[in-house]
Amino acid sequence: MPTSAVFTGLDWHPVHDARELVAYPFMQHALAAGTIVAVTAGVVGWFMVLRRQSFAGHTLSLTAFTGASAAGLAGVPVIAGYYLACGAGAVALAAASGSRRSLSRESAATGSVQALALALGFLFISLYHGLLSDLDSLLFGTFLGVTRDQVLVLLLVAAPTLALVAVAARPLLYASVDPDVAGAAGIRVRLLGLGFLLVLGISVAETAQITGALLVFALLVTPAAAAHRITARPVAGVAVSVALALAVTWTGLALAYFSVYPVGFWITSVAFAVYVVARAAT
Amino acid sequence: MLAQEFMRHALVTGSAVGIACGLVGWFVVLRAQVFAGDALSHVAFTGALAAAALGVDLRAGLFGATILGGVAIGGLGERARADDTVIGTLFAWTLGLGVLFLALFTTNGSATNGAAGVRVLFGSIFGLSTADVRTSVVLAAVAVAILAAIARPLLYASLDAGVAAAQGVPVRSLGLVFLALVGLVAAEATQAVGALLLLGLLAAPAGAAHRLTARPWAGLCLSGGFALASVWVGLTLAYVFPMVPPSTVIVSTAVAIYAAAMSLPSLGRLTRVNP
Repeated sequence: MPTSAVFTGLDWHPVHDARELVAYPFMQHALAAGTIVAVTAGVVGWFMVLRRQSFAGHTLSLTAFTGASAAGLAGVPVIAGYYLACGAGAVALAAASGSRRSLSRESAATGSVQALALALGFLFISLYHGLLSDLDSLLFGTFLGVTRDQVLVLLLVAAPTLALVAVAARPLLYASVDPDVAGAAGIRVRLLGLGFLLVLGISVAETAQITGALLVFALLVTPAAAAHRITARPVAGVAVSVALALAVTWTGLALAYFSVYPVGFWITSVAFAVYVVARAAT
Repeated sequence: MLAQEFMRHALVTGSAVGIACGLVGWFVVLRAQVFAGDALSHVAFTGALAAAALGVDLRAGLFGATILGGVAIGGLGERARADDTVIGTLFAWTLGLGVLFLALFTTNGSATNGAAGVRVLFGSIFGLSTADVRTSVVLAAVAVAILAAIARPLLYASLDAGVAAAQGVPVRSLGLVFLALVGLVAAEATQAVGALLLLGLLAAPAGAAHRLTARPWAGLCLSGGFALASVWVGLTLAYVFPMVPPSTVIVSTAVAIYAAAMSLPSLGRLTRVNP
């Protein structure tokens, strides 16, 4: 397919195109929301990759779908459904996987929680008899309908979450790198583990509002994975992870704005390209 | 209930899928590769939608994608056991591609085709044709036969890869074959319970079996039995309560069995054998 058919909105003049990108309120909101989401996902994702909890992160991202569909059925705001379901999912995961001693036991527990969450989500969708397009945007996201209030809520939730991670960063790092030694040194490893899952749940609930439940994972795992390949130093790693997540989100949103293809495709593809480059370069 | 043809088809296919998932799932949990199974279920989604967008047979896309995906996941990791970050990164992008194919498919195809994405994601076990049933039974038999052929060395390699390799067991190629097998089963199960829910049949019955016994053969039997029971109970309940989608009941039953097994005291300590 020729480029001009894919990028129908672009007139190939950098200044003019950039100005058009921020001309409309809906696009300003999308970019603001994308920025908040990318910073949160970059920081939390870095710890998630360090703790090798990608599977848990993915499971929580699918719980977001359950929450949204349950909220739709109950007639409460979808945002409440996102946060409640992801919080409940985090607690369920922490309870089901126990002390993380056995890898195979944890993996079966996570898988079962995920299957149940999805099964319930599908049940709610079927009972709701909603439109198929609703299901698509729940799963794959939309950036067209972001309101000013939504951006404010995102900011209000993201700021304390990030502050919490900043306060707990040192013991969390210790507990993630060597849980046994950290436990012997008096750090409450299990409590930190539960706390981190809750933070992960909140980040997922935030990100899902923009990327949809199925694609949250791209923003959480891919920039963080690239950052871990680029540097092993914690502070630099988190910074790189956030920078990559921001670059991926902005590029993805811009490409989606000017092209005929969905934002989920662009964000995941740009993220994957970044990871491939990081892997090849290191 | 058995007088209805669609119900008989659903029971036969469901049983075949259940047994294959239960047996393969036991090894998936043993090797702590549930996340790889999760990834393959999403690859199945993208594969089926790619086939739909390109206008080729849905099943070709489904099986081609999952088996290739299994080999790719295995090939990327050490000893054909990829770490979760690599898997996560790969399949996040696979899903993105799936979205693209869905967009292409729904804009190019007719409006009624919009339901195809949902069918792939959540399955359509009550809408199977006689040919579908035959294919699913044959494929399940093939999967179980392959598993039976590699079961002994695979068990050895899963429990202690280092010692097995020193004894001449081809650990790496076994891992690749096993992931391809998981791909085959994932594609098979996608047709019955959908890409998003097959993890319930892969992880939950096997997790319950691992909790109850450490003996390999007893565990395999339990796992297959649990998966089969989930399918039967799920299909019956879905028939009685038509409001509820069958894949939801099947997966919920499997998870209920898992939860029950977790709350029981472990029998493993009583029956553990020293290999």
